[in-house]
This record gives sequence, C-alpha cells and structure tokens, in this order.
Amino acid sequence: MFEPATAPETVSPLFGRLSLSSIPYHEPILVATFAGVALGGLLVLGLLTKFRLWGPLWRDWFTSIDHKKIGIMYMVLGLVMLLRGFADALMMRAQQAVAFGDNPGFLPPHHYDQVFTAHGVIMIFFVAMPFITGLMNYVVPLQIGARDVAFPFLNNFSFWMTTAGSVLVMLSLFIGEFARTGWLAYPPLSDIVHSPDTGVDYYIWALQIAGIGTTLSGINLLVTIIKMRAPGMHLMRMPVFTWTSLCSNVLIVASFPVLTAALAMLTLDRYLGTHFFTNDFGGNPMMYINLIWIWGHPEVYILILPLFGVYSEVVATYSGKRLFGYSSMVYATVCITILSYLVWLHHFFTMGSGASVNSFFGITTMIISIPTGAKIFNWLFTMYRGRIRLEVPMLWTLGFMVTFTVGGMTGVLLAVPPADFVLHNSLFLIAHFHNVIIGGVVFGVFAAMTYWFPKAFGFRLDEFWGRMAFWLWLAGYWFAFTPLYVLGLMGVTRRMNHFDDLSLQPYFIVAAFGALLIAAGIGSFLMCLFVSFRKREQLRDVTGDPWHGRTLEWSTSSPPPEYNFAFTPVVHDTDAWWDMKQLGFQRPQSGFLPIHMPKNTAAGIILAGISLVFGFAMIWHIWWLVVVTFAAAVISAIAHTFNYNRDYNIPADVVARTEAARTQQLVSTHV
Amino acid sequence: MSETVPMNPDGDLTVVPPVFLDLKGHHHPENGTLLGFWIYLMSDCLIFACLFAAYGVLGRNYAGGPSGAELFELPLVAVNTGLLLLSSITYGFGMVSMQSGRKGGVLAWLAITGLLGAGFIGIELYEFTHLIAEGAGPQRSAFLTSFFSLVGTHGLHVTFGIVWLLVLMTQVTRFGLTPANRRRLFCLSMFWHFLDVVWVGVFTFVYLMGVLP
Repeated sequence: MFEPATAPETVSPLFGRLSLSSIPYHEPILVATFAGVALGGLLVLGLLTKFRLWGPLWRDWFTSIDHKKIGIMYMVLGLVMLLRGFADALMMRAQQAVAFGDNPGFLPPHHYDQVFTAHGVIMIFFVAMPFITGLMNYVVPLQIGARDVAFPFLNNFSFWMTTAGSVLVMLSLFIGEFARTGWLAYPPLSDIVHSPDTGVDYYIWALQIAGIGTTLSGINLLVTIIKMRAPGMHLMRMPVFTWTSLCSNVLIVASFPVLTAALAMLTLDRYLGTHFFTNDFGGNPMMYINLIWIWGHPEVYILILPLFGVYSEVVATYSGKRLFGYSSMVYATVCITILSYLVWLHHFFTMGSGASVNSFFGITTMIISIPTGAKIFNWLFTMYRGRIRLEVPMLWTLGFMVTFTVGGMTGVLLAVPPADFVLHNSLFLIAHFHNVIIGGVVFGVFAAMTYWFPKAFGFRLDEFWGRMAFWLWLAGYWFAFTPLYVLGLMGVTRRMNHFDDLSLQPYFIVAAFGALLIAAGIGSFLMCLFVSFRKREQLRDVTGDPWHGRTLEWSTSSPPPEYNFAFTPVVHDTDAWWDMKQLGFQRPQSGFLPIHMPKNTAAGIILAGISLVFGFAMIWHIWWLVVVTFAAAVISAIAHTFNYNRDYNIPADVVARTEAARTQQLVSTHV
Repeated sequence: MSETVPMNPDGDLTVVPPVFLDLKGHHHPENGTLLGFWIYLMSDCLIFACLFAAYGVLGRNYAGGPSGAELFELPLVAVNTGLLLLSSITYGFGMVSMQSGRKGGVLAWLAITGLLGAGFIGIELYEFTHLIAEGAGPQRSAFLTSFFSLVGTHGLHVTFGIVWLLVLMTQVTRFGLTPANRRRLFCLSMFWHFLDVVWVGVFTFVYLMGVLP
C-alpha cells in the first residue's frame, strides 16, 4: 500500500537532508510550473522595480498595521492561493476523467496523492482562512465604529505568519515534495515509518506557523469586538456580521490550540521517536483522529459563520429592509457555535465506538441543522415584501441559499450512522462538503468581495463580469459535483487515481466539464477586477454609501481615511447608519480633534521571515540553522519589546483637511 | 432596542435628533491587553488540556516498561511543588510592591521569584536526566511519551517565564514602573500563576495518581 522506507538518506551537517536530488527536475509538470512561476515572478519583480514601487510597498503595505490594508493583503493572499489550489483541482478532475482501463492518466500515484493533499490543505488553510480573516479584519472595526483592532502590531504579525505558512507549502512544490497523506495527515500513514520523506514535515511546519498567526488573529479580533465597540453599541445592537465574526473567533481561539497540540505530538513522534500515535509501544493512532477533528469540526464553522453574517448584511441591504429576526439570528449563531464542539465524532463513525456513542454524535449533528434552517428562513423573510435589487452580491446570496440547502440535506443524511457506514470516504462525502464549502464559503466570499469592494477601493466592480463569474461558478459547481453524488451512492471511494470500470467514465467527464466552468468563473472574476480597474472613473463612488447601506462602515468615505472615523459614532440602533440617515444626520465641518494612532513596524514581517527559515530548517533537518533562527526569533522578539514608542497623533488640522476634501467631493457630486 | 431614539413615525421634525457623534473626544476604548492575555492563557490552557487528555489515554500503556509507581520519587517532586508554589507567593509580593510604587521591592521580589523558578527547572532537569539514564526516556513507552510531553511542556513554559522575567527586570530597571511596564508585570503575573495552577494539576493527576497501583 505504501512505498517502503528508502535507504537511509545522507544527512550533511551543512544542508541536512537537502541535496540536488531534492529538486524534482525529472517531473515535466513541475518543471513547467516552475518555469511559469519563475517567469511570472521575474515579471512582477521587474515591474515593481521599473515603477519604483518597492519603497511604497514596504512602507505603506508590508509594515502597515492599518487593519484595512492588512485585510486587503489577506484577500490578495487568498486569491493567489485560490489559483494554486484550483490548479490542483483541475489536475485531479482531468486525471480522473481520463485514467480508465489501460490509460494510466498523466499523474502517477506518487504525484496524484500530493495533489489531493495539497488541494485540501491549501483550500482550507490558505484560501478560505485568509479570505475570512481578511474580511473580518477589514469590516469588523468599521462596523463597530473603531479606529483599528485591539492589537495592531499583532495583526500585522498574524498576517505574515499566515503568509509564511503558505510560502512553505509553495516551496514544497519545487524543493522536495508535499505530504501524500490526505489533508489531515492521519497516522500511522503520516508517521516516520510510512512517510519518511519531507512531505509530512512541510505539512506540519506550514500549518504550525500559519496556526500561530490564526490563533493570535482570533484573540485580536475577539478583544477588538469586546472592548472597542462605539458607545451605545451593546451586544444586541452589533451588526450581524460582527456577531458571526465574534462567534467565529471564539471558535478559532478555542479550537486552534488543539490542532497545535495534535500536530506537536505528531512532530515529536516523527522527530524524536515518541509513541503518541504509533501502533507499537502503547501508542494510539485513533487519539490523533479524535484530536484533529476536535479542531476540524469547529473549523468548518469558523469558515462558514462569517459568511452567514455576509449573507445577512447583503440580504438586508438589497431588500431595503431591516434583517428579519435579528435576535433569532444571533441565538442561532451562538447555538451553532456551541453545537460545533459536540459533533466531531461524526467524521469517523466507522471507528467503532459503538451504537450509543455514534447515536449521540449523529443526533447532535442533526440538531445543528435546526439553527441553520432558522437562518435560511430569516433570510427568506427578510426578502419577503422587500424592495429587492438583484445586484451581484444578491445573486451570490440566492445561489448560496439554493445550493447550501442541498448540501445541508446531504449532511443530515450522512449524520445517520448506518448511512455513513455505506457512504464513509465515498465521493458522496466529497460532493457533500464541496456543496457546503463552495455553496456556502466561496459564494459568500465572492458576495462579500463584490459588496465591500467599493468601500475598500472607492469604485464598484463591473456588473457584467460579476454576473458572468456568478453564473459560471453556479453552473460549474452543479456540473462538477452532482456526478460525484451519484458516483458516491454507487460506492466509488475518494482519492483514486485510476479506475477499471469504464461505465463510470461519463460521470467523471461531466465533472471535469464542471471544473472547466468553474475555471471560467475564476477567470471572469479576475477579468472583473481588471475591467473594473480600467473603468474605475465610470464606476467611482464618492458617497461612501453606494448600496444605501445600513451599518457604520457605509458612514465613512470610500476608501476610509486611515483613522476610519473623524469622530467616534454614537449608536442608537442595530442598523446604526440607516438610523442616522433616517434622522437627518449631518456631517460636522469643524471642531476636529487630534487622533491617536499606532505606528507602522517591520517587526512582524521580520519575525515571520525568521519563522519561515526556521520551519524550512526543521523540515530539512538543517540543525545549525534551526538553532540560529530560533535564537534570532527570540532575540528579535525581545528587541521588539524594548520599543515603547509605538503610537503617534494625527494633528487636528490634517484631519480637518482630509474631511474638507471629502466635503468638497460630496458637494461636487450633489450639484 | 431603540429606547434612546426619539421616534417620530410621522416625520415630525420638531423632535431633537439624538447625538450621533462623540464630538468632544470623550470616548476612549479601554486597553484590551489584560483581556487579550487572559484569552491567550485560556488557549494555552487548551494545549495543556490536550496533553492531559493524551496522558489520560496513554498514561497506563507501559508497553512492558516501568510504571509511574516504580519511577516517581514523590519527596523530590513535593520539594519541587513547594518551590513553584512559593514562587507564586513571592511574585505576589512583587505586585504588592508595584502597587505601592517601590521599584527596588519589585526588582528584589522578581529576582527571588526567578531563583525559585530556576530551582524548579533544575530539579525537573535532574529528574528527567535521571529517568533517561535509567532507560525510562520518552521513547520507552506511550506512558513515558505522554509523561515527558506534559511535564516538559510545563517546564518549557516556566523557562520561557524566567526569560520574560529577566527581560522585564531589565525594563523596569531602565524605564521604571511606567504604565506599560505595570501592564507587562500584570501579564507575567497572570502567566506565572497560571503555570502554578497547571502544575497543581500535573502533581495531582500525574504524580499522586500515578503512584497508585
């Protein structure tokens, strides 16, 4: 089943396990990819140098502690990694569409296994997580009337740690290889006997480094929401997106440490020969599977909850109505947050815990569909008798409501333990979770990007290409995954790179066609960004409130000034900005005060860079470099604590000038 | 929900609109460092929870090797526990000095706390080397794996705490008991007491229950 451990590698004191043979120059697909990446990279570097952008990039972005810029950088990271993760998806669909009978396809098992592992890891950790963190970072402080997050430096550090993790995953493409274990790296397959090469080590260190960033960003946003709300915004007046972000960050803080611990135990097993998860000497592999899913199940709610918030904002805005059932929405979110900790075992009913344990987890799983269903009805009732505007974010929301509901129903089906015994590890499961992740998370991210884009950049996204992206994604999803539902019901299991039964091939060809449609959908979105940038003067919005919004982020300019609000808003209603508009709010023209803001710092990117090298050294067993980078990390962290001079004041006259410019703009468009 | 808003459904504009902006700059968000640090401690606590759970699952899997009853020297561990508990009290005296603004007192108590912590780490290292020399290292059995990981993770935390303590002593010496340094002393205080609480769990769950037959 697995390749036996190869002869002991030569470990040089200088380079560890790293040698020229670690470079996969004999694999044409990788060489071509590398050539593409290298050329693209050189082009970008050349353009940056030509237009003298290095300085501004470093000063205004990389070292920035402004939550808005960090939010945008997270979104860029998510988008770039989406392209990589989706390239993996296309390769899998293509392989499974052709590898029948005598045709082995173009991906040997050794490579195919890395592709499906990388696809899962990248899509969850380096696409979905950066997207939701980016959205929360950008929107939450604006929605609660704050000027930044609670710990602005930590925010920058978290972003760079996430980036360092994704750089490690990308490195594994060209130096060494990635894990061949599936995205959760179950032992005993992931232990040192069965996976002796660097793949699992890349996996471990990429996730550990990114995980530090995620946990810290969770703490940061949690404190931001608890401590930094504008006066008058008590908990039951928080916008729903902020509520769902709060719950999502509670889940992050309360689950990522479990991932950290589980991976640390796996690391000890691999590096020191301990026996947490080994088959011999009293170890227990099932303990890993329990631990990883105690993190893993909350993780899927970490991903979906903020998007539930997005849909709530979008539905209320484009229906021109207050959200139906605000408090039931909040309670439903809190219920899901708690229940998400009580279902983890449904990922391995087949472990054999016995009928009573399986029934408990089956029932709790089914119960989760109740608060989720309540949300769907709330959105429907918000639309009921509303003045619905079918703008692009609303399309994504409608697509979500149809698609996600089907995914929810197949989820309840899988929650029945006897049914799960049949469907476990089948393509039905694959179809189910793509149904909820694409239909829920991805659609929500696109809705959110289209909805808040004018806030971040001052111009709307082009509508035609936005609609194209939506319809291609929607059709693509259904073409790609409906055949997988059918195949799964027929008993086809996941992670296969070759089939003998030719009667299955038509289904896989349809699925591959669906993947192509999704590729066109991603292309349309990139086109949308390009076209919108070209047409930015036509699409310009100077009001700061292009959609006739309801929450505080729409009360400031687009893009907002670095201090967000010249005066902290005072909140009287859930839809604070709607309330202000209804009661005839007027922008003040004078009386501005100096504003206290945090200073930029390079400490975050330096520490994350050191962590990246540390991770690389650990992966390749370059012990001297491990020692050096560890010492460097400790010393630079300590040095950073000696910097007490971390903030400054924006003088009142600078604020006054910025606000006067905005007044000019507003007047010029009204006339 | 909107009890403070003067509602005028008829569009009666004679009602004075409510205050929508904090024009005087009265609102200053509270500093969130202590809350944030608390939340961090709770997330760290979850890492310990996982290690305790692992010990709970693997703690009797001796794989033919030695058991806790054969290995643990309770008197030594009791001394160690005493050192750590005492260091929490001395840190507390340091905080009392801080509250009354006595910089010298703070530094003296921190130094004593650090010495007690170093004593704790020294005894733990002695215990570990002794066990490994006897052939009861972490690779011997799943029991010893989970034992070394749980106790060792706690020890690493204490070591980190000592490093932090030294850095803070330097900063207090150089910059005095500024608000920033007071906040940091508070954070380290919470960290130090947290490690004490975890140790009480380790002592009870691993050592005391471990020597039971």
